Amino acid sequence: MAQAILPPEFSGLPDDQPLVIELKTPWLAALLAWAVPGLGHLYQGRTGKGVLFFLCVLGTFLYGSYLGDGKVVYASMPGQDPWRWQYYCQAGVGLPALPAWIQRNRALGGKPPLWGGWMAPPAGTRTPWVDDSGKTSTQPDELAAWIVGMHPRHELGTVFTVIAGLLNLLVICDAYAGPLVLRPPAASARDPSDAERDAANASGKG
Amino acid sequence: MTMILGETTIPGAATLATMQLWYAAPLIVSVSLVCAATRHELMAPILQHAARFAVWVLGFMLLFMALITLMQRMA
Repeated sequence: MAQAILPPEFSGLPDDQPLVIELKTPWLAALLAWAVPGLGHLYQGRTGKGVLFFLCVLGTFLYGSYLGDGKVVYASMPGQDPWRWQYYCQAGVGLPALPAWIQRNRALGGKPPLWGGWMAPPAGTRTPWVDDSGKTSTQPDELAAWIVGMHPRHELGTVFTVIAGLLNLLVICDAYAGPLVLRPPAASARDPSDAERDAANASGKG
Repeated sequence: MTMILGETTIPGAATLATMQLWYAAPLIVSVSLVCAATRHELMAPILQHAARFAVWVLGFMLLFMALITLMQRMA
């Protein structure tokens, strides 16, 4: 069973003891962490962090989806302009972003979208749109109508969901290998002249 | 509040921009907590690190806001 050991100065324990973290099966934890944010940590028994990741990452993703009326997470069709590169960041959040891929594949197969078009790619057809003053205009495609109609919530929703997906990559790394600790270089690994200077300073102060 | 862009005056635009800044608040909280939690294991150091991280991000944002405001006034 894999373990990660936090050195005493980073463990946060009051008596300066190293902290041993049971990672169980790291690849399985990483897979679970990708599928549902925080699930990998719950599997490892790291409940507090699991709940924190679940609330923060999924909360950010769901709030972004809410801001964008459920239309900010979609995978674009081949050749669709603009290419929805943001989906590949959003997909970092795992299963919650998977319906967009299902909708894309249905659209590729010429099937109608499921779930009322939720997470379906926008149609490329011209779309009428009525503004607040009642004037009707024709937008070049459905995506343009979404952006105009929701401005600026479409952009904000996209940012929130993209950041949620990217944050989950950090969560996956944490589930796989434990917390990232950036230790200062040990005295023996540094330049010998630095070590000598430190020693001289210490003796001078003493 | 009124924002003047070149020759065009947009009433309430600055207010709208200020209101949109509030969208950053949940994002700062979320990013701070997640980043801090990937550096520590226990909740106390996570919360301390997250608070420091959030202050740093806010300071960074305020600095850039001040720079952009200054550039707007000079334009």
